[in-house]
Amino acid sequence: MGNAKMGAERPLSPHLQIYRPMLTMMMSIAHRVSGASLAIGFLLLAWWLLAISLGPEPYAQVSGFFGSIVGRTLLFLFSWALIHHMLGGIRHLIWDTGRGLDKVSIEVFAWATIIGSTTLTVLLWVVGYWLKGAF
Amino acid sequence: MATPLKRVRGLGAAHGGTETFWRQRMTAIANIPLVLFLILSIITHIGATYDEVHAYLARPLVALALLALVVSAAIHMRIGLKEIIEDYVHGGAKVTAILLATFFAAGVGLASVVAILKISLGS
Repeated sequence: MGNAKMGAERPLSPHLQIYRPMLTMMMSIAHRVSGASLAIGFLLLAWWLLAISLGPEPYAQVSGFFGSIVGRTLLFLFSWALIHHMLGGIRHLIWDTGRGLDKVSIEVFAWATIIGSTTLTVLLWVVGYWLKGAF
Repeated sequence: MATPLKRVRGLGAAHGGTETFWRQRMTAIANIPLVLFLILSIITHIGATYDEVHAYLARPLVALALLALVVSAAIHMRIGLKEIIEDYVHGGAKVTAILLATFFAAGVGLASVVAILKISLGS
């Protein structure tokens, strides 16, 4: 059946690269990217726990890193990815029950996830800085 | 003609059926309260001394929650990473990537378990 030439002339299904970016598609990608990046977050958590188990000096080193600009940026991105992935996951769990799969609901869920994760992350950091006595 | 139902029920071509799907949902549900607990634990210990943090993590219920979190999260992460790899990596590289993802998930998970146990059981 079919040689290479014929295969090339057959109509092809649209490839990812020629789709107009859609919100729901971006949310799907964001769920994967946030999930995969949480692997780095898990590494940070393991490092933090190990440092505490090893004693005050290793803990001071880790705290020093997390307090630096690079550390704080990593922690901010980690917390955002975590909250975004959690809200996105709750969305998936709702879909698993067969609810919220209509066109309007998926758009509402998408915006709720984006706005919710950003708001909660910023709120978390404001509370964090407030507890630290920054203002 | 007909495939014996007892041989195919719950088993796909990979003999795994929907186990992975279900396990990903169970760990996802478990992760929600456990992650919230972790965030709350961290935020209430901002600026705390080493001894305060150590004493908090050594409390049995805190250690229990953290152990549950790292085990559940490691399983969830392994399934998620494997799914992404299976979609984008093919051939021999896929096998290597899944192997590395599995070792990574087991590694960070077990390292966390050892650390929590040492904090809660060690002197």
